[in-house]
Amino acid sequence: MNSSVNWRPTATIQTLQKRAQINAQIREFFAQRKVLEVETPALAHASVTDINLHGFSTQFNSPLKPEPDNLFLQTSPEFAMKRLLCAGSGSIFQLCKSFRNEEAGKQHNPEFTMLEWYRVGFNLSQLIDEVDELLQKILKTEPLERLSYQQAFLTYCDIDPLACTLEELKRKASDLGFANIADNESVKDVLLQLLCSQVVEPEIGRTRPVALIDFPASQAALARIKQQDPRVAERFEIYYKGLELANGYYELRDVNEQLSRFEKDRQVRQQNGLSNIALDKYFMAAMENGLPDCSGVALGVDRLVMLACGVQNIEKVMSFSIDNA
Amino acid sequence: MANYSTNEFKAGLKIMLDGEPCNVLENEYVKPGKGQAFNRVKIRKLISGKVLEKTFKSGDSVEGADVMDTELTYLYNDGEFYHFMNNETFEQIAADEKAVGESVKWLVENDSCTITLWNGSPIVVTPPNFVELEITETDPGLKGDTAGTGGKPATLITGAVVRVPLFVQTGEVIRVDTRSGEYVSRAQK
Repeated sequence: MNSSVNWRPTATIQTLQKRAQINAQIREFFAQRKVLEVETPALAHASVTDINLHGFSTQFNSPLKPEPDNLFLQTSPEFAMKRLLCAGSGSIFQLCKSFRNEEAGKQHNPEFTMLEWYRVGFNLSQLIDEVDELLQKILKTEPLERLSYQQAFLTYCDIDPLACTLEELKRKASDLGFANIADNESVKDVLLQLLCSQVVEPEIGRTRPVALIDFPASQAALARIKQQDPRVAERFEIYYKGLELANGYYELRDVNEQLSRFEKDRQVRQQNGLSNIALDKYFMAAMENGLPDCSGVALGVDRLVMLACGVQNIEKVMSFSIDNA
Repeated sequence: MANYSTNEFKAGLKIMLDGEPCNVLENEYVKPGKGQAFNRVKIRKLISGKVLEKTFKSGDSVEGADVMDTELTYLYNDGEFYHFMNNETFEQIAADEKAVGESVKWLVENDSCTITLWNGSPIVVTPPNFVELEITETDPGLKGDTAGTGGKPATLITGAVVRVPLFVQTGEVIRVDTRSGEYVSRAQK
């Protein structure tokens, strides 16, 4: 046989033991809080309209139907978990594999493990507190620090992300060494994401986790717009030691608003020549039925294990990374 | 030249950036969970030698650079140009001082050097990893010196100065590692 084939795990057995221990701690954390563990399908009929997410698709050849069905591996369990919430599940959590095409690198593997949970009746601040408790339990971190998106940009980029014009932002990005991108860019959010990932992220969360809060309303995704300040969304992300660890929302309940955001995504997809993604009819029907007042967050478990083990490459915490899966 | 997309960037690919040919050293994928994906690429500018990081939107493409390395034999310097020859075709190429740069102190006649050509013109001259050069000047060493005393400076025939052990004398030929500029041994007779 071929002895040069690298069949060995990309993680050490010791790391896999640590990983199992973290999974157990996560389950214990939610059991103590009486949050129900659920499992939802990895394969489903719909994908997400998000212009920056690419789902894997495949075909289901049913033994009972002449035509195959197109199915997608889920980029996150969000829609299915929200359907459970709409059906009255109460607070729920899930540890599951999620799949994102076109993503690979030191911090990305196309198949990865996500911890996603929803807390009925929690506002965003309560959920951030709970994320903090989980991180303290698993990583022994100090209490996290809250930092607004606006303040982070003022501090590290010397620009107000909520007030600046596209032209001002382009000039700032050029000054910071990103002229090759800024010169041809007409979307403000792309430049904000550029500066956030390249300039802000390396500076924050060095010694303790940071919850970056109050994202611009244009990057609300599935979060509500803040009532007291419509320039921002009720959305946060957690950063710690150079890793983006979690993304959470005070969940949008308004089904019409949800529909208009999806339709806007679909328009941009068409303009940019991206694949046409149909709306998830089951999700939309559930939302029409009514999502309870809740906050939810998704946390990358592989990255959590990376932090717990002090390793820099995601393959070091996976039994087999995509390179020898 | 063909254009290359960010997913084709790998170590060794030659691309054009700011009008200068560059060598890709590393390519890292960076993506916010929600948001635009980027590639952070470490590159070496081939003419200035500068190493820098550049960020691209994933999927963007840049023009490739017509750069190739060729093994040529160093012949001589005419006071302005350094002449090299292809041993198979006997074709000669002249490199200017800028292309030779710091490598001038390691150029030994009849040694085989790597010449980097951009659009057919030499832009970088890389000497062999090891060269043998004669010492033209060094202080006479103390008798009975043993290794480990830090040595002394020695000027070589090309003008290069390297630290040598005290027992090595003027007129001797020594072997030097051109990458570190360090003495390796006395040359084999």
